[in-house]
Amino acid sequence: MANNSLTNILSHTEDSSLATPGINRAMVLFLFITAVGLGLGASGFIVGHETIYNNTREVPWGLLIAIYAFWAITSTGLCIYAAISHLFGGTKMAIFSNRMVWMSIVCIMGAFATIGVEIASPHRMIIYNILSPNPTSNIWWMGTLYGTAVGCLILEFFGIIKGFSKLALFLGTFGAIAEVLANSCLGGVFATLPSRPYWFGGQLPIYFLTAAFLSGAAATILINYVAYKIRGTEMSAPVVSGIKSAGKAMTLVLVLYSVATFWRLIMFFVGGEELGRVGAESLISGPLSKTFWIAEICIGLLVPMVLIVISRLKNVAVMAIAGFFILVGQFFARYHLVSAGLLVPVSLGWDDAPTYLDYFPSLIEWAVIGGSIGLVCFGFLVGERVFGKVFTQKEHH
Amino acid sequence: MDIKQLEKETNEGVESLPSAERRKFMKMGLTVTGVFLGGTVLSLTSISTASGGNVDSVIPVEGQYPYPIHYGMVMIQNHCIGCEKCMEACVKTNNVPVGHDAWRTKIQERLTTIQGEEIQEFRPILCNHCNRPPCVRVCPTVATYKDPETGIVVMDKKKCIGCKTCMAACPYNARYYNHSQHAIDKCNFCIDTRLKEGEKETACAAVCPADVRVFGDIKDTNTKIYKLLHKPDNKIWVLRPECGALPNVFYMNA
Repeated sequence: MANNSLTNILSHTEDSSLATPGINRAMVLFLFITAVGLGLGASGFIVGHETIYNNTREVPWGLLIAIYAFWAITSTGLCIYAAISHLFGGTKMAIFSNRMVWMSIVCIMGAFATIGVEIASPHRMIIYNILSPNPTSNIWWMGTLYGTAVGCLILEFFGIIKGFSKLALFLGTFGAIAEVLANSCLGGVFATLPSRPYWFGGQLPIYFLTAAFLSGAAATILINYVAYKIRGTEMSAPVVSGIKSAGKAMTLVLVLYSVATFWRLIMFFVGGEELGRVGAESLISGPLSKTFWIAEICIGLLVPMVLIVISRLKNVAVMAIAGFFILVGQFFARYHLVSAGLLVPVSLGWDDAPTYLDYFPSLIEWAVIGGSIGLVCFGFLVGERVFGKVFTQKEHH
Repeated sequence: MDIKQLEKETNEGVESLPSAERRKFMKMGLTVTGVFLGGTVLSLTSISTASGGNVDSVIPVEGQYPYPIHYGMVMIQNHCIGCEKCMEACVKTNNVPVGHDAWRTKIQERLTTIQGEEIQEFRPILCNHCNRPPCVRVCPTVATYKDPETGIVVMDKKKCIGCKTCMAACPYNARYYNHSQHAIDKCNFCIDTRLKEGEKETACAAVCPADVRVFGDIKDTNTKIYKLLHKPDNKIWVLRPECGALPNVFYMNA
């Protein structure tokens, strides 16, 4: 009975045009990458996290927290645009908003998978987050709100499939609010630590929210471009129009984000605490400077600006490339934010402490990154294959 | 009044000054002194009701001790010779593992040049058991908290999820991940290994040959730590006061 019901649902949602050997092979490949990457990360529970990750007492967080923040922020962005589209109906992005809801779920799963192998005792988190909550903890609020959000989004997606539009609208709105608050708490995790002057301050939660709007728009364009590319079909005029809307949002937020990045760094050089200035210098001229200037600033901000000008917000392929570069830049931005706050020793000046502590991610940390990317790509293909008709249903109406 | 005319007058002296004028002058002097003194006293009085919050001093004032026994430590920094006996005693008493950056207390050192002479300077550090501890605020599962009886920041290790946010939040690098216990570990002023057994001092304070570490109840006026903290000549400071954590480990030179 249940099988019949599931088959019945799938027959209305799946896109059989993607049941090709090429897509199958890609799905197996991504699943394999996911299993290897996350499996290597999970091996830490047996051999000890200290043997596989390069984090230390002084640098307790690193690459995995960065990729967690990256996926969580991207998920928030996708969710916000989808909710705005659903809620206000008239926006042109509404045409592919179902795909954005699905990818928001997939991205948050990427975040959960990463943090799941980063935290030393995640089983205790499940128990004591409920039994022993700390309402002053940003981490507690962030976990609780992201958990609530993903629950709402999954139910919203179910509502979309079953045609319960009012339920979907309510849950989507509630889920988006939870995502925005969770994103704000993620910023708060860093922003409320006076011991790390590079992070401390009220700007960071807003900065994270701006990053969500930027990553969300970039991901929307890239995901839709690839979705049509793998089918070998042309985008219809309304879809292109939706992409152009996303392109406008991406351009606007790219400018805002660039301005915020500029002032955020400048502030450290006009006064304030020495450790904050040293942290900012790690990006400008210190150990993180190469990837900061090349990956975060050039690839992540300047090149996309040039590409957007070239595309004139009309060429979807060029906009998709710009979106891809923005996402690459955003990943490095998260890595730089985490690292610059921790690489400066709190006891600078004592024990012959170097100006910057030594941290370079281990191969297994990079493998976990690969695993999370594999998971998101696999989730994308599963969505296109199993729910392809749901993603394009608004085109046909 | 014509000053030139006044200069020509003979000084009448104070003998002929009426008593009323004398009293008036005295009153004015007392008023000026009183206003000055009153202002000075007011400036020493904290207007903050925060536990230990005091804009003028790092030392908590009366009425700002929120715990029945309020443990703290004074480090007489220039007495430290860097013998590291405190570190050894701590490791032995509290089963601190070897390696993996594990320590509960440590001696930091640096070279300082004073009047052209280069001298080795030592600084003992440990958990500051802050009155407003950032580690306690950030912990999602209340795995670390202020002991309500003593104000000591302690761990409930079974609740620790290993997110390491407390390590990032600590201004003093006082926390480490204990891999064998699968939880964060830190100095707890030997609460479970010595204080509960009736000992009056932590292992590090008891073993120190130079009496660098003075441990005790900073609320009790009879303790050595109270007297050190409140002796007017002693210049007391804390580490990273800008973090606003209100630490209970104080530093001075003797």
